[in-house]
Amino acid sequence: MTPEIIYPIAKFIAEKILKQPSKIITADEALISSGLIDSFSLMDLALFIEDTFSVRIEDTELNAETFDNLNQLASLIQSRK
Amino acid sequence: MIDHELLVHRLWSIVHRPLMTTLPNLLQRSYQEIPDKTSIILQHAGQPDKPITYRDLIHGANRFALTYAREGIKPGEVVILILQHGEDLIYSFWGAILHGAIPSIMPFLTEKLAPEKYRADLASLISITKPTTIVTYPEFEAEVRSALVEGNSVRHVILTSTVEAEAEPNFESLQGFKSSPEDIVVLQHSSGTTGLQKGVALSHRAVLNQLESYGKTIHIDPEKDVIVSWLPLYHDMGFIACFLLPVLLRIPLVNMSPFDWVRAPYKLHQAISQYKGTLTWLPNFAYNFCAHKIRERNLEGVNLSSWRAIINCSEPVHVESHDLFFEKFSAYGLKKSALQTCYAMAENVFAVTQSPLDGTPAVDEIDRETFMTQRLATPPIAGQPSMKMTSSGHPLPNTKIRVVDESFNDLPNRSVGEIAVQSDCMLTEYFNRPDATEAAIKNGWYLTGDYGYIANGELYVSGRKKDLIIVGGKNVYPQDLESLACEVLGVHKGRTVAFGMYDEEEGTEEVVIIAEAESTSPSEQEAIADAIRKHVTKSSAIALRHVKVVDDKWIIKTSSGKTARSANKEKFLKELEIN
Repeated sequence: MTPEIIYPIAKFIAEKILKQPSKIITADEALISSGLIDSFSLMDLALFIEDTFSVRIEDTELNAETFDNLNQLASLIQSRK
Repeated sequence: MIDHELLVHRLWSIVHRPLMTTLPNLLQRSYQEIPDKTSIILQHAGQPDKPITYRDLIHGANRFALTYAREGIKPGEVVILILQHGEDLIYSFWGAILHGAIPSIMPFLTEKLAPEKYRADLASLISITKPTTIVTYPEFEAEVRSALVEGNSVRHVILTSTVEAEAEPNFESLQGFKSSPEDIVVLQHSSGTTGLQKGVALSHRAVLNQLESYGKTIHIDPEKDVIVSWLPLYHDMGFIACFLLPVLLRIPLVNMSPFDWVRAPYKLHQAISQYKGTLTWLPNFAYNFCAHKIRERNLEGVNLSSWRAIINCSEPVHVESHDLFFEKFSAYGLKKSALQTCYAMAENVFAVTQSPLDGTPAVDEIDRETFMTQRLATPPIAGQPSMKMTSSGHPLPNTKIRVVDESFNDLPNRSVGEIAVQSDCMLTEYFNRPDATEAAIKNGWYLTGDYGYIANGELYVSGRKKDLIIVGGKNVYPQDLESLACEVLGVHKGRTVAFGMYDEEEGTEEVVIIAEAESTSPSEQEAIADAIRKHVTKSSAIALRHVKVVDDKWIIKTSSGKTARSANKEKFLKELEIN
């Protein structure tokens, strides 16, 4: 639905956070509740999103309730643009 | 000035009363002498800060002490606290102290950890420590009860909703005042199945001797110091330096949740600025984390000039991490001399050594080759690769250290050996574990399992004899991770190895797991790697950075069939270099 948002984030997660560049992360795959991304890396993800899409993500939003997969993250980013 | 010196002198005369002082006595004195002084300022994201005076603290603790009495809990029984950052945790802890029960704080279940694994950890803690009581929230009761089995030691699950009403404490009837200084006052556990089965038992005397000795070493001053901490209370650094020390030595403590800090690390800096914080303890990774992840926009108006010591402790110290931190925050008034180091362990209550606070920790540049091959720390040779070791400072006045070889002979200065510690603040025992106690203490010396050397009277910690991974200050036992990896379908049973690898960017160790698979197909091996990553993370709350699934016979075993972790690590690193 929003590949231009989802793709770079998926790439960032696979390469920089998981260090498995070939890993494919699907848009509805649970990221936080599954333990794929831990709290330390969550911060990296937020900084990457802020820099790439020029939006702000508050620290109180860094949890599975706000976004737990790439689709939810993309909607969050779009709503801020 | 003289008044001030008198005050400090008086503080030590209160704390140091051999044979007669216990933790309840100190609490009572603070209650009577400084009831209105703020002891703890609790911070919660999105809520106003909550100051707790000594009166509030004792009243809150008394509610729990009355509850423990109501339930018939006897002094000397172990009470496990399963609570999150907040007032209940603080009051239930000090309430146990006033009641003479032995509190131990267990980490709360997080979204990262699978509930069934949490239950198994709790059951494993219960089987060794044999607590009679668990304190938790009504919402968590079912979770706790599901870990209990017929015939185990737990007789009471106390819910925070059933705690007695506030009442003026009756110091005559509180059972904790009958404790003697030699009695065990608290238990500290580290994490994971292995860690939870080894509760470090500390006496009143040990705790107070540590606080006296360490407090003097860092020139603690109840009139000027303010401790700011985000460290969890189930870990010795948070528990001793940032909870017992401030409360008992009357130093105001600003306490935030580790979960709030990790999402907003700038909150530490803002709290320092707002409350003129002077002292903080951090594991090495936190220096890198703050330097890389705090945004300037969150530091507007922040003034860090009051910060007199930020003490690096609980994982290997890297001077580069201090440099990163200083470069980033010097513009906000941070002093270089604030960056300090300490070597500590729960078995000595906390600190063993501390760098002198009036300078920067010594850095010893040594020849890499001689260090690696001869285990000697010698001066660098021109043109040869060298390495920089950061000093952990001098032993505390009450603590002696030795560096010994395998046969427990003293080694000369600059020779690397195992660090042994002796003091008047050592553990009484590993609780209900005479086997572990006997293995760790030799002729009155605690064998730390850490390697290091002494130069110019200062200790340099250089590695570990014991197989332990320290991730973000948290101790992780590789055998726990290896057995978890073996549970994954397609992994050869008993053919996994876990070890730590230092990551310079993160400033901490990252976990590597290697597992032999039954299948040799690359796609199946990749699927197994994914499954290991998920299963181990959910079952240990440790994120894995490298999972390598290999063919049969990759893993090196010793002749006795044990997994040789260091040999496997070397093999892994070599393969990384080749690729």
